[in-house]
Amino acid sequence: MATFFGEVVVAPSRAGVDDEEEAREETPEDREIRRELEKKREIDILWTLKSGATTESCADEPFVCSKFIVAIGRNAAAFLSSFILDSVCWEVVGVVKLWNEWCRTSSTTNVLPTDSFCLFYRLISDPTVLLCQCSCYVAEDQQFQWLEKVFGCMRKEGLQVTILSTCPVADYKTQESTLTLPSPFLKALKTKEFKEQVCCPLLEQPNIVRDLPAA
Amino acid sequence: MFVPCERGGGSAGSDFKGFTLLMPAVSVGNVGQLAIDLVISTLGMTKVGYFYTDCLVPMVGNNPYATAEENSMELSINAEVYSLPSKKLVVLQIRSPFIKNKYRPFCQTLLSWVKSSKCARVVVLSSSHAYQRDDEQLLGTPLRYLLTPDLEKAVGGLMQDLNWKEMEKVASYPGINDTEKVLHIPGGGITKLLFTESCSKGIQMAVLLKFCSEGDNIPDAFALVNYLNEWLQLIKSEVNTSSQWKIPSSWRLLFGNGLPPALF
Repeated sequence: MATFFGEVVVAPSRAGVDDEEEAREETPEDREIRRELEKKREIDILWTLKSGATTESCADEPFVCSKFIVAIGRNAAAFLSSFILDSVCWEVVGVVKLWNEWCRTSSTTNVLPTDSFCLFYRLISDPTVLLCQCSCYVAEDQQFQWLEKVFGCMRKEGLQVTILSTCPVADYKTQESTLTLPSPFLKALKTKEFKEQVCCPLLEQPNIVRDLPAA
Repeated sequence: MFVPCERGGGSAGSDFKGFTLLMPAVSVGNVGQLAIDLVISTLGMTKVGYFYTDCLVPMVGNNPYATAEENSMELSINAEVYSLPSKKLVVLQIRSPFIKNKYRPFCQTLLSWVKSSKCARVVVLSSSHAYQRDDEQLLGTPLRYLLTPDLEKAVGGLMQDLNWKEMEKVASYPGINDTEKVLHIPGGGITKLLFTESCSKGIQMAVLLKFCSEGDNIPDAFALVNYLNEWLQLIKSEVNTSSQWKIPSSWRLLFGNGLPPALF
């Protein structure tokens, strides 16, 4: 495609497909590099059992969970830190270790609010209530893995999941301009199985949710 | 991969034996996907399930085909299946791009699902970069078709009657060796892969595509869906067919919000 200045550029397509990718055949070196990268991008979840020991798999006994609250992004994580979490009622039961181009989390549970982390807490008075604070960015190729590994560890019968997240007001699509919109404001999406009252209006089309909250 | 909805009539809702599967390729201008939106919206198709896959970027929203307050609250995700048994039509809509390196596994899984659900044939709606056309392609219709050998036997003659143009092959080394020709669909996403895999697996597949560029691709979507209609006759084709396709409510605000009054 030629631009106004006469130089030829490859136009980025909304379709998001990289043609070059399909033309190139994968050499054994490429395959090895890809496998190493995939291994590096794997997500590890370390759970702290009742005995205090950490374990990576909970394959033996998925734990019972009645309520799972997930806060994704720094704002939502900060909300939980400010209004919900405290060291008296909640205990840390798990941590996610991951790496991608945007952030790296470690297996330490002693984190600062400015760190990137993903921690799981359990309500001491009711151990079936779980909370997740995820302030790190989970890349698109890691989102499915995160999902399977986290939800794979819990029994899903009678489980209620609440996802807290934030989006920039500028991304909100509405007939009026977003400049005049009173913000911040709440919107919700719910599955048809959710029978309780929702505390705010539902998100109208054409607005959508992406990334880990969507997954 | 395919997860049926409970509401979809149970096993009846997910029995696609002998059906035509209509699907888009995520391609330049998203024309295939827009055309599929028009089909689902106009025919009032019922959602019968979705694809549980790690190959597409996740997204979720409320019902994009909502017509009233009551039906606007159903969640919608990135790969969903709709059906219209009266026309033996099943439609797959894909709403997000592929995750890097995942388009091949998706094609494999999709084609094995096509075989296991015993769909009679697959029609892929796609598009290709208009700026890559050669001198001859610049003239005449921007719409093209492709048929796998198995489908060619069944409907090849019909394409001749409709006066449709088959997608031309291009030289694999232009300027150096013009005799060796290959199929090249720039900007077509997984179209070429789906087509070549279907040829080798004996699947009856047709590709309908339009040459276009990124921009306001709504007219391109209308052109493609009318092209499809010439063959499949999904709606009655009268003189002004464009007005008979129903635009879904989710197409609102495609090019941004309203302007702030303070600007003026």
